[in-house]
Formats: sequence, C-alpha cells, structure tokens
Amino acid sequence: MRSETDALIERMQRDPEFHELVRERSRFAWGLSALMIAIYFGFILFVAFWPEALGAPIGSGVTTVGIPLGLGVILSAFVLTGLYVHRANAKFDALIHRIIERAK
Amino acid sequence: MCPIPLAAWGGGALALGAFVDVAHAAGPIEGADAQALNVEAVVMFLVFVAATLAITKWAANRTRSAADFYAAGGNVTGFQNGLAIAGDYMSAASFLGISGLVFSSGFDGLIYSVGWLVGWPIVLFLIAERLRNLGRYTFADVAAFRLAARPIRTLSAVGTLAVVAFYLIAQMVGAGKLIELLFGLPYLYAEILVGGLMVTYVAFGGMVATTWVQIIKACLLLCGATFLAAMVLIHFDFSTEALFQRATEVHPEGLSIMAPGKLVTDPISAVSLGLALMFGTAGLPHILMRFFTVRDAKAARKSVYFATGFIGYFYILTFIIGFGAITLLMNDPSYFKSGEGGSYDKISGLIGGTNMAAVHLSKAIGGSLFLGFISAVAFATILAVVAGLTLAGASAVSHDLYANAFANDRVSEHTEVRLSKIAAVAIGIVAIILGYVFEKQNVAFMVGLAFAVAASCNFPVLLMSVFWGGMTTRGALAGGFLGLGSAIVMVVLSPAVWVTTFGFQSALFPYDNPALFSMSLAFSSIYIFSKLNRSPHADAERALFDAQFVRSETGIGAAGATAH
Repeated sequence: MRSETDALIERMQRDPEFHELVRERSRFAWGLSALMIAIYFGFILFVAFWPEALGAPIGSGVTTVGIPLGLGVILSAFVLTGLYVHRANAKFDALIHRIIERAK
Repeated sequence: MCPIPLAAWGGGALALGAFVDVAHAAGPIEGADAQALNVEAVVMFLVFVAATLAITKWAANRTRSAADFYAAGGNVTGFQNGLAIAGDYMSAASFLGISGLVFSSGFDGLIYSVGWLVGWPIVLFLIAERLRNLGRYTFADVAAFRLAARPIRTLSAVGTLAVVAFYLIAQMVGAGKLIELLFGLPYLYAEILVGGLMVTYVAFGGMVATTWVQIIKACLLLCGATFLAAMVLIHFDFSTEALFQRATEVHPEGLSIMAPGKLVTDPISAVSLGLALMFGTAGLPHILMRFFTVRDAKAARKSVYFATGFIGYFYILTFIIGFGAITLLMNDPSYFKSGEGGSYDKISGLIGGTNMAAVHLSKAIGGSLFLGFISAVAFATILAVVAGLTLAGASAVSHDLYANAFANDRVSEHTEVRLSKIAAVAIGIVAIILGYVFEKQNVAFMVGLAFAVAASCNFPVLLMSVFWGGMTTRGALAGGFLGLGSAIVMVVLSPAVWVTTFGFQSALFPYDNPALFSMSLAFSSIYIFSKLNRSPHADAERALFDAQFVRSETGIGAAGATAH
C-alpha cells in the first residue's frame, strides 16, 4: 500500500538537485556547529591553560581580558543562530519548496 | 510578621540546578536563617498562583485531543515558544546560583553562564528542525522512526525518566529550602505546595497551561533581572569599569575576582563539564518536547533563535547582578550573620548563603516591595521548570511506554491522555516523597547528573538516528544503555558523591563530570554494535533511512504541519 506521500518521497530521493541542496545546507549547519564548538572549547581550554592571560587587566583599569572574551562567547552564540536563521529563511526554504513543488 | 523557627540542616546544599562546583563555590541556602514572613512576597506569589490557575482552567477547556495535551495542538508561535523554552530552561539555579557564584568568586560565574548557553546553537543547527519534521510528541518518536518501537521507546523512556528524576529531585529540594527561607513555610508543606501546583498545571491544562506558565515566568524573570541590573548600572553611571573597580575594593579577594579562579583546574574536568553542558542541553526531554508545540520546522528554528537571545541576555544580567551584590551588600552588616564583635564573613556569612545574593540585592535596591517581587519570581521560576519536567515524564510513560511500546498503538487517544494525567499525579507524589527524603542530603550533583545522562544517552541516540543511516536497533540500545549506565556509575564513584555524600576516604573515579568518557562510550558503542549487526532485520532498518532522511530534511508528511 503506497500513499501519495511515499511516492513523493521516492521521487525526491531520486532528485539530484534535492541532494545537492541538502548537502549545502548540511555543510553550513555542521560548519556553524564546528565553529561554536571551537569558540566554546577554545575559551574553556584558555581558562584551563592560561588563566593569567585572561586575568590580565585591559589598560590601566581593573576590567580584565577575560570579561569581553566571555561575553563575546555569549554574543557569538546569538550571532551564529541569527546567521543560520537568516540564511535558512532567505535561501534554503525557498529552494526546498521549489524542489518539492516540482516533484509533486 | 512572625519568624518561624526552622531546624538547621548542616551541609545540605541548595541544588536549584546548581552543579557540583557551583554548590561548592557558592554554598548552600541555609534553612536555619529563615526570614520573617514577607507579606508583599506572599501577596505577589498568591497573585501569580491565582493567574496560573485561571490559565489552567482556560487551558483545560481547550485541551481535548492528545495533540492538545502533549503539544498544545501545535498552535504555539515561534516567538511564544522561544519565551517558553527560555522559561523552561532558566531554572532558579541560573538566576540565584550563577549570581551567587559571581558574588562569591566573580569571573568564575561567567564560565558557567557561557557553558549553559552554548548548547543552544547546536540544538538549532542539528536537532530542532529535524526533530519537528519527524516527531509528534516526544523525541522517542524520532529515535524509533525506523527502528524497533518497543526496545527503542523503552530506552528513550528510561533516559527521559532518569533525567526527569534527577532534575526534579534537585528542583524539589531547592524549592523547599527557598520557600522555607522566603515565605517561612515549613519544608514539607513547601514540597506539597510545589508538587500540588505542578500536577494541577500538567494534569488539567497539559501543554497549553505548561506553556503559558513558562511564558509568564520568563517575562517576570527577564523583567525582574533587567530592573535589578539596570539599577546597579545606574548606580555606577553605566560604567562597568566603575562597578568592577568598586567590587574589587569591597570583595575580600580583591583583584583576583576579575580572573579565573578555582572553578576550572584541570583540562580534562573542564572539557568533560563543557561537553555535558553543551550536548546535555540537546538531550533534555522537557526541552526537546517543546519543539512539537509549533506548526513546522521554520517555527521551531525561530523559537531557538529567540530562546538563545533571551537566555544569553539573561546570563549577561546575572553577571551584572552578581557584581552589583558585591558592591551593595558586602559593606552592609545587616545582610550578614555577625560573629564576635560585629565582625562577619563577607562571603559565607551572607544570610541564607551566597545563593541568596540576588534576593538580598533586590531588597537593597527596591526595598521590601521589590524583595517580595523577586521572591515571587524565584518561586515562579521553579514552578515553570518542574511543570515542564512533569509533563515530559508523564508523556514518556503514556506515549512511549504504554501506548507505543506495550499496547502496540491499539490505545485510544482518550485512554492515552488519561493515563498521562494519572502518570503526572504519580510523578508529583513521587517528587514530593523524594523531595522530603532528600531534604538533608547534598543533592547538588543531581543536575550535573541529569545533564550527563542527557548528553550520554538521549543525545547520542537522537543525533545518530537522524544523521547516520547505519544505526540499527541493537547499536542504539547498546550505546544508549551503556551511556546511561556509565554516566550514573561514574557520578556515584566521583568525588562529589563517593566522598562528599557517602563520606568515603577517596573517590574511585577522579572526575566530577563523566561526560567525556560516557559520551565516547555511547557513540563508539552505537557505531560498533551497529556495524557488527548483519542480520536481515538490521539491513531492513538501514534501508528505511533514505525515506526518513527526505522527511527529516523537508518536512514532507510531518505531523500536523503544512507542507513548506
């Protein structure tokens, strides 16, 4: 018993353009994930190996290098999610929609 | 206004979701220091309870189908869900625990805030949309999509219930201590009150009521924290340098609060903790469940974006609040237990323990009215988190274990939802009992354990089921159960439990967080056991992946969704 959905899925499976789009989107998503992981574990390892460097004051004040760096990690998480959402909304959604419509 | 005397409870740390290290650094909330009854706090709390009960009644009338009960009918918008996720995730530990950690050790608090946020981008990039496209009510829907339903749903339900139990114990004990301290209500009554309210929200109002409790809580918490942080900054003419300058003058540890301290000592512990925080977030069942409340993958994506923004903003506020508490509280003896000759310890002497720094700061800034508001917010914060946990646990029992694993889908929707409500009541009763039993225990390790289990059992199975077509039922079971078991065993043998809780001389496992080892074990077991599985059945499972992949990447055939 095959439903219409199953038939559509089978056609999509054979569509090279679908696979190309998914590959591009996956590369983007995994790339951003790797970047987030690198930023976070970079920060953690920095704390573990060079705490003095993070504890060094900026200029003549008491604010240390670690404070903007830590806040920077928080901001980077938000910026990266924003980048992903923007690209997915502006580009990927429309492309995948077109491929599905064509396969219908 | 009568202070109710309370029994001292030596050594019991307030968990409130705090990790082992947070609890060690930030210290407990001590029940012995109960405050006089704060009338403003009680009134504001009652207003909150009345409002949430009214919402529950409204939600109960709208909750008819299973989709309504588990997923709010899929009618939550991306923005609303972002707020609700933030409300589900920002526990009192984030608020009181991190600001308390900043109060006691400065910069170290920021290291924790960062860890608690960075899991969100990963959830967005890899999990959220695919989860929405493949599942209906629980993450087990996704894990069991092409694998054998009964064993995989059992595994997911065990993983869910383990996370829920550990998280819930920490929250219940923390809630009891906090209410005892803020409202002067005896511990057992506080447990019954929290347990009773969370069961009422979930059993009568299902996901609709739970969502709105979380949204209201998120708004209250964000407003309260914004006001606190803004008042601190106004005090210093919006100069953070002036704030830090003053803090280093007042704090007994001086300039060293501006640098990494004792929190991160060796790289292995640091990385292991980092892994648990980052990937545990992507395996928390009550969080994953929230993605089924929105219409489609696009709305799921949007909800993580908003949630990341709210949670990140909130952690920046807690950092300012912690430093504000240093500058505004440490020179005022009225916030401390005084010793001989009026001297006091500027950190451990804080009344109620360092986790109360934000609460005391609210009084210093806005008097007893604002103290009442922040106390009520802290309580609302706990209620929203435990309601989310209860719903996730109840869904695992009714949807995964009963309806799909053992009754083979021959259950009517009505029966399934009724069973879920009964499960919610049972979870509430168990939570009250556990909260009571663990009152005098140090439960600070429980949330760490919940994150470790989520990262080592739920997350690997979910991630591999979505991305790796080679995974078989046997591989998922081996990896999931080994990850779960090893995480629990290593935590029990760790310094935090084996030495601190059980009182043995030395720990059998040297690190407090097992994630580095238990996650490696889980992923490698999934890979090896799947590869070694050459049965025809396994081949059939692998053959189903391509169709699943199309569904997960496009949303074709997704439950309740309109096609993209």
